[in-house]
Amino acid sequence: MALANPKPSMVKWIKAAAFAACLMPLASLAWRGLHHGLGANPIEYITRSTGWWTLSFLLITLLVTPLRRWSGWNWLLRLRRMLGLYAFFYACLHFTTYVWLDQFFDLHSIVKDVIKRPFITIGFAAFVLLIPLAGTSTNAMVRRLGAKRWQLLHRLVYLIATCGAIHFWWLVKKDITEPLSFAILLAALLGARLAFLVRRRQPAAAPVRARSQAI
Amino acid sequence: MLIRRKPDMLPSEITPRDSYRDRRRFMRGAVALGAAAAVGAGGLLLEPRRAHAGAKLSGLKKSPLSVVEELTPYKDITTYNNYYEFGTDKTDPSEEAHTLKTRPWAIAVEGEVKKPKTFDIDELLKLAALEERIYRMRCVEGWSMVIPWVGYPLHELAKRVEPTAKAKFVEFVTLADKDQMPGVRMPILKWPYTEGLRMDEAMHPLTILCLGLYGEVLPNQNGAPVRVVVPWKYGFKSGKSIVKIRFVEQQPQTTWNLAQPREYGFYSNVNPEVDHPRWSQARERRIGEFLKRPTLMFNGYGDQVASLYAGMDLKKNF
Repeated sequence: MALANPKPSMVKWIKAAAFAACLMPLASLAWRGLHHGLGANPIEYITRSTGWWTLSFLLITLLVTPLRRWSGWNWLLRLRRMLGLYAFFYACLHFTTYVWLDQFFDLHSIVKDVIKRPFITIGFAAFVLLIPLAGTSTNAMVRRLGAKRWQLLHRLVYLIATCGAIHFWWLVKKDITEPLSFAILLAALLGARLAFLVRRRQPAAAPVRARSQAI
Repeated sequence: MLIRRKPDMLPSEITPRDSYRDRRRFMRGAVALGAAAAVGAGGLLLEPRRAHAGAKLSGLKKSPLSVVEELTPYKDITTYNNYYEFGTDKTDPSEEAHTLKTRPWAIAVEGEVKKPKTFDIDELLKLAALEERIYRMRCVEGWSMVIPWVGYPLHELAKRVEPTAKAKFVEFVTLADKDQMPGVRMPILKWPYTEGLRMDEAMHPLTILCLGLYGEVLPNQNGAPVRVVVPWKYGFKSGKSIVKIRFVEQQPQTTWNLAQPREYGFYSNVNPEVDHPRWSQARERRIGEFLKRPTLMFNGYGDQVASLYAGMDLKKNF
């Protein structure tokens, strides 16, 4: 199925609108902060919110390729870098909230947490893995790495998103509704890629049979 | 990923001035619309939740067992709650608990007692002199408050029913009514919420049967109309909206211990040296404060309760 692609000039507008939309979660947090809307435990609220949006942006980024393949809208690819960088942006906010607001730069306490608390270990790992992806997001870096090496590195996002989902799962006390939803969506997005890979391999078998029949 | 080299500009690619202006106007409009939508949505979300002004409880005695610390604001105590019968978000109980019917109410006190009796809420309010008990409350999640409860020692209730020598533990059962409590319709925890104490813990002067908060009757989300408060243990040990108290021989099966036995033990004494398997218990966030503070052994009530656990390995009996 292929829908008509919008003109390049239109895509620029869409990109600008998307950029603004992606800032809304942060704007909402800031607004709440100014209007006592963060509840009784503001630091917990901010940590939860920035984490949720990090995971959400990772999923949205992973949605681009399956959606593009299914709809034929190749222009969606032009949004992917921005969406990925926004995931990194919210991950930085989430990490900063933890290091600064939650732990107040208590390095000893933070190191202990990262070593001893599995959910923090895996969350920290996911964040660290995101850094090289953010660092190699520019056109210049793509040229330097070459398309093949760049794509291999950026496939790390599958591992990063999985670590993020597990991080969320491991921190909730009992109600796994939200982490489970993220896990299911992630599984679906990764499954879509797997299905595409499998389908791409099959057509190679058919031409050989046809040729031998023709003989 | 498509990398395009910058081509030389063709004259036909230069944006006509009018289109340029139109687009700028569109963008400004879109951003304004987006901002307005965010503000509007924000306004809806932040509908001020009226703190339900309950009936006043008068003639309260002050207690030497109260702590002298800054009280947590009423608004925070009544909008940041763990009461899964009404939902698992912190703001759910204050939003959903209006369906709880707190009158008529009674607590059935039974089990290994000589005089089992059902006490109606008005009887409970008059059973003993109501005291103001300002207690620290430490949640297992790592946050804490200072709450001015209203109540009297649980042993006042116990002496009315005369527990026998067989009574080694006390079990507390919370209301679990699907019609009044949306959370109970889902198996988040095994309902009814059940908690328990050793007999000496239950009869300790610090353990209270609690009927109010800030000089008024308990708000629904805080466990109305009557609950238990055990200040040296993690908050989940202090059962809310109690309908049954049983004196029993065997250690009762408590809800959180059933849900996750490795994480929530029967004793659950506040202990900075015994971490939760998934997070540290060494520090806590006092609601309203910016920096975390160190957690105190037995939530600072060590002088009064440490002797109850003399010789016990508190890492094993967590």
